[in-house]
Amino acid sequence: MTNGGFHPFTLSDLVNEALSEGVSLGEIALRHECEFSGISRLEAVRRMQANLDVMRSAVQQGLSGRLRSAGGLVGGDAAKVEEYKSRGLSGDHILSAASRALAVSEVNASMGLIVASPTAGSCGVIPGVLLTVAERVGADDEATVMALFAAGAVGIVAASRAGISGAEGGCQAECGVAAAMAAASAVQLAGGDPEAAAHAAAMSLKALLGLVCDPVAGLVEVPCVKRNAFSAAIAMIAADMALAGVRSVIPPDEVIDAMGAVGRMLPVALRETAEGGLAATPTGKSLSARICHNLGDLSGITIGREERGDSGKTREPEGLS
Amino acid sequence: MGTSIFEIIGPIMIGPSSSHTAGAVKIGRLARAILAEKPVDAKIDLHGSFARTYKGHGTDRALVGGLLGFGPDDERLRDSLRLAHEAGLQVIFQFPDLEAELGPLHPNTARLTLKGQNGLTVRIVGSSIGGGRAVVTRIDDFEARITGEYPALVTLHRDKPGVIAALTRILADAGINIAGMTVSRTGRRGRALAVIETDEAIDSSIADLARAHQGVERAIVIVP
Ligand code: SF4
Repeated sequence: MTNGGFHPFTLSDLVNEALSEGVSLGEIALRHECEFSGISRLEAVRRMQANLDVMRSAVQQGLSGRLRSAGGLVGGDAAKVEEYKSRGLSGDHILSAASRALAVSEVNASMGLIVASPTAGSCGVIPGVLLTVAERVGADDEATVMALFAAGAVGIVAASRAGISGAEGGCQAECGVAAAMAAASAVQLAGGDPEAAAHAAAMSLKALLGLVCDPVAGLVEVPCVKRNAFSAAIAMIAADMALAGVRSVIPPDEVIDAMGAVGRMLPVALRETAEGGLAATPTGKSLSARICHNLGDLSGITIGREERGDSGKTREPEGLS
Repeated sequence: MGTSIFEIIGPIMIGPSSSHTAGAVKIGRLARAILAEKPVDAKIDLHGSFARTYKGHGTDRALVGGLLGFGPDDERLRDSLRLAHEAGLQVIFQFPDLEAELGPLHPNTARLTLKGQNGLTVRIVGSSIGGGRAVVTRIDDFEARITGEYPALVTLHRDKPGVIAALTRILADAGINIAGMTVSRTGRRGRALAVIETDEAIDSSIADLARAHQGVERAIVIVP
């Protein structure tokens, strides 16, 4: 089945096309993108390189800086894990992927520059995994960019078959899909074939199937930032399992469909409304009461040269963090 | 319906939220474009989720950054409140019951009442509708639909025969194809607002020609 002659709806179509052409999953995705967007190969590669550059600088910023999130709930964890990782129980690469994922997510939460991949909330997973695997296997930018196209292949299929927003399908649709995309890119970078990449994606998604979206105070901070780290770790394990020859019993496209179906079954309280899960815990609720604006207070807040007599309280210009 | 891979891996944006940050920047930018001059005073009414979570999502900084002309990927957004202060833009945030006044609204909605450096004023209502996209649904008392995704000519004019014909003629003479058009008015033969979206790019010379037509009070072009 094809999508109006453009992007195929199934991962198996893309995998088969890659296998029969003897090219990578990323190469097939790149060709489809050029056809769909009407842009040259050079331009598509240039755009993806720009994404990679932003991912890299977000990692650096998150690991080195002392970031404070806009809501004040997260920040500084990436640096802690980075500092600790050589003594870690779960190994250098898993912890590198996790600390980088934390770093990018912390940058996002503190109004820094990121690449939504597939969403802003889940923006840490792919850079965390991809940059760690690229370092591990000694991949250059050209190969890393092609691996991002492989991630894109998985993302396109997930978006068209199931949806990729927490409001539609819970966090499985954001962090779950991000992990699936990341795992596929990792397999490609490590030299696995397109089929292994698709199965790594499927296994990642299976691990995160059913994950709810329950952000405290409705902000992209808790649990989002840490979920990026865990999703990166799952993607690393799934990529390794696929490279070891393990295959998902349920075919990748069926796993994606199951994710979509589970998303539709999720109650609204667990789909980004901040009414269930961690958001509805006593601590979640009290944090929300502290951070969120109290709508009973109808007075205004002024920022500017002069205070207006009728405007209630004045707020100092902020955003200097 | 296809999707580009760059909608899945991308856009490059300032976090934390495409709906509450990137979309809010777009609303601010559209408002500035519609005012058509540098704003010096902004009264911003926040509604729904925008009102509740603006602080943690940086929606306030995003809207003000948009008013300053910043894009959704501009790292100055984080400091936009201070930069507005330095640029002589006074901002006040308020939280009135907008639905009581305007009827049902999208949860991520803001109303911006702007004054420009040469005294122009405008009041717009805009909503962030997901994925970083935004739509302006009201200009002053007129209903509108401006996304900023297409070039558009927006006019405020006297509602009388011949004005719309003149506007379409101006575009036709410039070789510009109309992609869509909406007209809304306050009453019969009162004032009317036209939003004409086009396929080809348009520039301020089109607005100048429109303004030269008798009956057209204001004309601006929106550049995506
Ligand atoms: S919990 Fe919800 S808001 Fe947070 S990353 Fe997951 S899907 Fe996004």
